[in-house]
Amino acid sequence: MSDVTSELQDNGVAPASAVDTTVWRVGTVVSAERESTSGRSLTIDVPGWGGNLAGQHTDLRLTAPDGYQAVRSYSIASAGAGQRIELAIDEVPNGEVSPYLVEDVMVGDQLELRGPLGGWFVWRPEDTGPVQLIGGGSGIVPLISMIRSRAAANSAAPFRLLYSLRAPEDAFYRGELERPAPGLDVTWLYTRRTPDDWPRPAARITAADLAAVTIPPSDNPMVFVCGPTGFVEAVADALVGLGHPAARVKTERFGGA
Amino acid sequence: MTSHVDGNILAGPLSDLFRFDVTLASARCVSCGKVAMLAQAMVYVQPKAYVVRCSNCDDMLMTIIDEGDATQLDLSGLVWMHVPH
Repeated sequence: MSDVTSELQDNGVAPASAVDTTVWRVGTVVSAERESTSGRSLTIDVPGWGGNLAGQHTDLRLTAPDGYQAVRSYSIASAGAGQRIELAIDEVPNGEVSPYLVEDVMVGDQLELRGPLGGWFVWRPEDTGPVQLIGGGSGIVPLISMIRSRAAANSAAPFRLLYSLRAPEDAFYRGELERPAPGLDVTWLYTRRTPDDWPRPAARITAADLAAVTIPPSDNPMVFVCGPTGFVEAVADALVGLGHPAARVKTERFGGA
Repeated sequence: MTSHVDGNILAGPLSDLFRFDVTLASARCVSCGKVAMLAQAMVYVQPKAYVVRCSNCDDMLMTIIDEGDATQLDLSGLVWMHVPH
């Protein structure tokens, strides 16, 4: 398929059949921005990339001079058509790949990418039902892509985000989330240290938090949960306990390296 | 036990072997009979292998081992896979 732009669907994303998502493509870092004390976002220009749906991920491959290769999966923060994608990476101490992406990689550097990947943890603009997003730490990344996709499509689907952070300075995309589009409701939750005069003391997320600030099961929302394994485990179990059908709770756990 | 991630992560590695998005295929566990999408399975990532376990009974569904010049795919934990077009 030589001209994928002629194959675009309504959402501006090339159908999976038009673009070979299995090949490794060489992307060039075109901008890098500090997001938090330990995280950074990278915008990468990837010739041949066929756009992506909100929530999809990419595999990123680094090759050392001796030929050793390391592959990691990263959620994509951007959504829609085009060959520029944004990733946001949180540094895992002693990790093999993330310290390089957060501390060392520079504008102009090249990275190998494959994708977009995964059709399960995705939100499509044609979905009009209510959506509850629950992110822990850098688990916000695929969720911000859904928020951006919703805004770009002028979707009226009701969205709520619950964003759990250890401390205020750990937030990714704070500026963007403090000015949400109409119909998007954002709740911040802190687990170790809160801003001054914050009503809720710092504590891990509980079923009572979920009952108080998320869309109730009676509204039959699609729920997307992304974060570290323990966080996702606790939240998903509590959601099912509150009455959400397990099939309406989609999860994306990340390990870390 | 090391911490696991979701089956979503298999989309890339298995795209080398299958023409469809394996994470959207539903599969039946040999051990407990649970039917779930592979995106919902638990995946333990090792340096040269993915160990995929049933989210219901924790038994092995499949293993994918990178042998360098070949991939060893063990599907003995699956009764069947249902692949959407």
